[in-house]
Amino acid sequence: MAALAMKPSLEEIRGWLEEVPDPEIPVVSVVDLGVVRGIDWRGEELVVGVTPTYSGCPATAVIALEIAETLKRRGLENVRVETLLSPPWTTAWISKAGREKLKAYGVAPPVEGASCAGALKPVSALVECPRCGSSKTERVSQFGSTPCKASYRCKDCLEPFDYFKSF
Amino acid sequence: MTDPRFEFALRMGDNALILAQRLSAWCGHAPALEEDIAMANVALDLLGQAKMWLACAGELEDKGRSADDLAFLRDARAFRNVLLVEQPNGDYAHTLMRQFLFDAWHLPMLENLANTSDPRIAEIAARSAKEAAYHRERSTDLVIRLGDGSEESRSRMQLALDELWPFAGELMAADPLDEELFANGIAPSLADIAAGWRSYVDTALADATLTAPADAPVRKGGKSGLHTEEFGYLLAEMQFLQRAYPGARW
Repeated sequence: MAALAMKPSLEEIRGWLEEVPDPEIPVVSVVDLGVVRGIDWRGEELVVGVTPTYSGCPATAVIALEIAETLKRRGLENVRVETLLSPPWTTAWISKAGREKLKAYGVAPPVEGASCAGALKPVSALVECPRCGSSKTERVSQFGSTPCKASYRCKDCLEPFDYFKSF
Repeated sequence: MTDPRFEFALRMGDNALILAQRLSAWCGHAPALEEDIAMANVALDLLGQAKMWLACAGELEDKGRSADDLAFLRDARAFRNVLLVEQPNGDYAHTLMRQFLFDAWHLPMLENLANTSDPRIAEIAARSAKEAAYHRERSTDLVIRLGDGSEESRSRMQLALDELWPFAGELMAADPLDEELFANGIAPSLADIAAGWRSYVDTALADATLTAPADAPVRKGGKSGLHTEEFGYLLAEMQFLQRAYPGARW
């Protein structure tokens, strides 16, 4: 697409970023996930601030690439994706819409206030089964298929499921 | 004179990097699927943390070395990790015990560093502490379950504790650099960290029905670049690609 004659508004750009899927959980966008922390024009350059989720998450590099690609397709050539380490990302930044999308996809959304404090004895959050809604669930492992998830099992419908753990 | 924060960032980064490298060897070989996934996740978190610390070290040094340069192009004597993290994986009990002794130090260290006067160190520590909390919860849980488990699992955990305990002291043995960093308000007092570590570890070991060796000597050297024989083999594997094909890119 040809370069734009006028600078699009930040609101409009934010709307475009809502179409950028998370590479691991494509039903939620990078905006839903709360990793886009700032969109700013600095002169002719657009700077998008992105806060990585987990330190070693391989999706981080892909997210930066996809944001730049998406904006390029919209005609923005001069884009820089900046990594912001502080404040650290928290699951509290996942939008309400994002939580609903996660649940519909079969991933239990994070229960806030239940994050791990490195307790001597493990404390399990009250996590609802995304399939049948039962709260009779148990944690199989606090680690799962991606850094952000834990493995759970429903004791009513007996299905295993992923829990997007509070962080 | 080099910035003491450079050495410190290397210590933090090398601990994370070398432990990540050790843990990665379990990928596909762990005794249970959940544990396989857990160790790969812990390794990944530590690798990400290592990348932040080493990038920070490279900037403090200001000689144009990137995180990758520091990870792949230094020789053994230039690594600053403690001897504990380079110890071989051994059996599963050894891997878990090594992790537990490390995590019990790592979390309070990071929580403390999150409030340091140096903003760059503080932001790396604040992020890493959230991950270390999950690491410590898992390793503590498993040490208790396997210690207070079958006769076989208990004896293996006790053996691992006896063998690894002497290496834990290095994490908390302050040298002149640690003292300088503490005096400058950058790093916490290692004596304070040691007190918290000991109380946490003792509580968990009591639940695990395991006994820490009394009067064990402290085995140290890694923080000043003197490593164990195994370390060279670890580097040979980790650095092979960049040594054989300098500058190769992914």
